[in-house]
Amino acid sequence: MSGWTDHLGEFAEGVLNTVLLTVFSTLGAVLVALVITAFRICPVRPLRAFGTGYVELFQNIPLAVWLVLFVFGLPMVGISFELFPTAVLATALYMASYYAETLRSGINAVSSGQAEAARALGLGFGQSLRAVILPQALRTIIQPLGNVTIQLLMNTALAAAVGVVELTEATNRVNLVLAEPLPLYVGAGVCYAVLAMVISSGAGVLERKLVIPR
Amino acid sequence: MTSVLFDVPGPRARRRVRVATVVAIAAGLVLLALAVRQFAVNGELAAQRWAPYGSWPMWRYLLGGLGGTALAAVLAVALAMAAGLLVAFGRVSRHLVLRAPARAYVEVIRVIPLLLLIYFAMFALPRYGLDLPLLWKLVLPIAVSRSAQFAEIFRSGFRSLEAGQGEAAAALGMRPSQSMRHVIFPQAVRRVVPALISQTAGVVKDTSLGIVVSYAELLQSAKVLAGYNRLLIQTYLIIALLYFAINYALSRLARTIDARQRQSGRYEPVSSPSPARRGLGRIRSATATSGDAPRRGRVKA
Repeated sequence: MSGWTDHLGEFAEGVLNTVLLTVFSTLGAVLVALVITAFRICPVRPLRAFGTGYVELFQNIPLAVWLVLFVFGLPMVGISFELFPTAVLATALYMASYYAETLRSGINAVSSGQAEAARALGLGFGQSLRAVILPQALRTIIQPLGNVTIQLLMNTALAAAVGVVELTEATNRVNLVLAEPLPLYVGAGVCYAVLAMVISSGAGVLERKLVIPR
Repeated sequence: MTSVLFDVPGPRARRRVRVATVVAIAAGLVLLALAVRQFAVNGELAAQRWAPYGSWPMWRYLLGGLGGTALAAVLAVALAMAAGLLVAFGRVSRHLVLRAPARAYVEVIRVIPLLLLIYFAMFALPRYGLDLPLLWKLVLPIAVSRSAQFAEIFRSGFRSLEAGQGEAAAALGMRPSQSMRHVIFPQAVRRVVPALISQTAGVVKDTSLGIVVSYAELLQSAKVLAGYNRLLIQTYLIIALLYFAINYALSRLARTIDARQRQSGRYEPVSSPSPARRGLGRIRSATATSGDAPRRGRVKA
């Protein structure tokens, strides 16, 4: 147990990378998901098909395969970024399909009377979406969105499989030196639990602020 | 819902939609052309780079990997489902001694990444004298990690039954365990079949982490094969297609059963695969996959 303090830096770097991966992937995923959801409910048929296709494609192929394709495949066709942004890109595109699915279910949960009322007031598609549907839809799915974000946090660990030194990989490397697996892996698990708690309590706070009592 | 978002389009709206359709198709074609060009410029479209996958030995190898994936997935699903069922029984138990640990188990497991569990099985367990075979280094962590999800599915199934079912069983003089066995469980399981199937697709995806433990499932086989024949993109695209085919079939099956159960109208299937955090109603209303309109009234209650 003596060498623990020497490796705190590596551990901290791992945590930092996990947090960065999570934050950037979440931002990217939410952006993509908003676009995809907009496609899926718009009146233009090819865009709807594209939105559905996107969700099916990304949900049905494992993230590990996407990561391998992006990290090792893209350079073969002359597209290469640094490792970290590539991992963020793959994670974000993959998780976007889950965010999109959640967003759509939120929109489905808004009663159709709301949309009809908006239309009766003369609001167009974009207006009714912006002023009536989305505000209600987003409020109902804060908790599920938090769950998807926790899932994203769990999935950032997969970046270790393509060589990003995030929390899981950092733990692994420190373990190779210290050979104290039990405390190290439990420690990493606790770190993930704390991060997940931050996300879910954030979602809880947001929900309590925004919820409309009915 | 989506259809009530916009009116039946008039002439101007129809024209706009038509223009947007043309633009969208054009943009799609341009993107596709760019992608194909990128492949062609880098020589990845050359016939001899795809020809090997017209031959049997390559496929035999990949199908071997597919067999590995199937074996791992079946074992993991069976284990995770059994464990999940036990935990779910614990979660709906009357006794706090069972309820509290079951709940803690679910809450803890769902915030630990699968890869961390796999590393634990690979590097920590051997040190404490438990060196599992490769297959089990993959299957056990998946089973542990998914058991929490299965537990939540079963629990939401138990909870989705009308209170009258349990009350009627009690009125007939059944003890809680009898009522669970004869009344609650058989009905609940039927409702959660679609969710169980979509969770199975998730397990199939999890097995791709065989690449970390070097267990010869599909992704690991592809890695080995690509290292041998240098056809990296081709190999990975083909296995991506295989994964897609399997999981798409599973999710279609889940949706078909879901739709059939809805149509029969006797009960609403529990289609939410995500673990409920606070009360079932909210989660079910928010993550249901399709056709929410008729069920809303009940969910809000």
